[in-house]
Amino acid sequence: MASVSLRDVRKSYTADLQVIHGVSMEIKDGEFIVILGPSGCGKSTLLRMVAGLETITGGEIAIGGRVVNNLEPKDRDIAMVFQNYALYPHMSVYDNMAYGLRIRGLPKAEIDSRVQKAAGILELARFLERKPRALSGGQRQRVAMGRAIVREPKVFLFDEPLSNLDAKLRVQMRGELQALHRRLGTTSLFVTHDQVEAMTLAQRMIVMNAGRAEQIGAPLEVYAKPATTFVAGFIGSPPMNLIPREGRLMGIRPEHLEPCAESEAMLTVEVDLIEPLGADTLVYGHLGGDGARVAARLHASVDARTGKLPLRYDPAQVHWFDPASGRRLEA
Amino acid sequence: MVENRPWLTFFSHAVLVAGVLLVAFPVYVTFVASTHTLEAIMQVPMPLLPGDKLVENYTQVLTAGSTRGSKAAVSVMLVNSTVMALVIPLGKITISILSAFAIVYFRFPLRMFIFWMIFVTLMLPVEVRIIPTFKVIADLGMLNSYAGLTVPLIASATATFLFRQFFMTVPDELAEAARVDGATPMRFFRDVLLPLSKTTMAALFVIQFIYGWNQYLWPLLITTEESMYTTVIGIKRMITGSDAINEWNLIMATAMLAMLPPALVVLLMQKWFVKGLVETEK
Repeated sequence: MASVSLRDVRKSYTADLQVIHGVSMEIKDGEFIVILGPSGCGKSTLLRMVAGLETITGGEIAIGGRVVNNLEPKDRDIAMVFQNYALYPHMSVYDNMAYGLRIRGLPKAEIDSRVQKAAGILELARFLERKPRALSGGQRQRVAMGRAIVREPKVFLFDEPLSNLDAKLRVQMRGELQALHRRLGTTSLFVTHDQVEAMTLAQRMIVMNAGRAEQIGAPLEVYAKPATTFVAGFIGSPPMNLIPREGRLMGIRPEHLEPCAESEAMLTVEVDLIEPLGADTLVYGHLGGDGARVAARLHASVDARTGKLPLRYDPAQVHWFDPASGRRLEA
Repeated sequence: MVENRPWLTFFSHAVLVAGVLLVAFPVYVTFVASTHTLEAIMQVPMPLLPGDKLVENYTQVLTAGSTRGSKAAVSVMLVNSTVMALVIPLGKITISILSAFAIVYFRFPLRMFIFWMIFVTLMLPVEVRIIPTFKVIADLGMLNSYAGLTVPLIASATATFLFRQFFMTVPDELAEAARVDGATPMRFFRDVLLPLSKTTMAALFVIQFIYGWNQYLWPLLITTEESMYTTVIGIKRMITGSDAINEWNLIMATAMLAMLPPALVVLLMQKWFVKGLVETEK
């Protein structure tokens, strides 16, 4: 176990093509960090730089106080779980997990005890002799995690490990990952584009956009105080409404809007789309005056219809942003 | 088709049977001819049932060749052909898989140029470069040797290309996972790529075994000693000239012997062969 420091980490492929524009972060020992962002924002690249699969153009990465910029992946004391699992197809589950340990030249008995232990934790004991192709997606995912666990690394790196699973399995594996982290307490970096995964797993998260860290913080803190309009729009479903007001952008989350009498309306929305979700109903529409698109999350008891809908909100829930830079303005 | 149409079934079977007969009949005639005396098969029409000289004819060619043409024993030629047909595919597979590994997994100067150089030679058959090749082999003193028979045919653009295409379908993550696991490139090659290429190698082996076995022009050029003849050359050397004096019964016996090993290889490796062509284990 170890802390991880990213110090102004940069990556460019050519002189003009820079994909990571200086990310800095101190990750404490045992922390679970999620790197969240849309496709192509550089989050996987950042993770692969920590792993040693991509070279570092500028800045420093240190694991456990040791700068690892020029170390091979195997010397960084990390383990990685890949999106498509990357299991060796011709090896049994046991061999898949034992392979790295054999290369390291560990004694047979030690390898066996580690593999058996990991198989116990991940409930894979029954499948040790099978080939990956005879396993379901969830089981393969567990083997990939088992391969990481047996190494007993200082840091776990997860590259979108749940995105190939179906929705139900994803929820289950999310729970298992949390339990695993509680049990092992290993520093973990987890890349995802799924905000629900990020919100539920992270102790802290990095929201990335176009190679920059837009915000670093605990999930609820990021949700409650998005640092930029990008974060406001990326986290939350539907995203925060951004309405131009007096030369600034006013942000209000859909769940903070509630229907009211026409006389006390703070916003009037011309509703054109209704999505009933059971517990609540999402309504979408344009504002009468400036035409901004607005979404509202209404309780299921509200009888949602298309047409004019008067809404009010608590001014304490409003966020302000600078329209030019997108930065948060503190009131 | 799961339709029940008796006439269609009959018709399709008739076509298949006709096709089999068309292919099998010449082979059958070869076999029949190899079991008669020369006088018997020179009759018109030639007998279509096997004769009683099977053991005699085959013993004759295996130990002493023909009586009027080449007197080289076919058993020696079978050994020569086997050596040639084994060394060529094994050499080709070894060299091609290593070059494909280098081209796919390493970045080095002129990588693509080298790949295209290999690729371009695909378009040049042995015959085009046969004179310079002969000159080189002759100058190296490799005429009438196994090295001379096999080395010039080992380099293979086709096999390199095939392995390259196969390696490109292996997910990059596998190589990365092996790197994180601490495997050196050669270890990754041995532990991961080689086992995954098994079926491709098997398919190549079958194709190249037959290619090596059937070589005609090259062994014809560089073997002048009877002890280095391959079976295919042996057949040629038994045919001396005018039709009447050729011992067709013995020549046909040799032809049968020349057909057997490739047929056996295909038969025994057929499962692997088909797998290698249609299936990738990933």
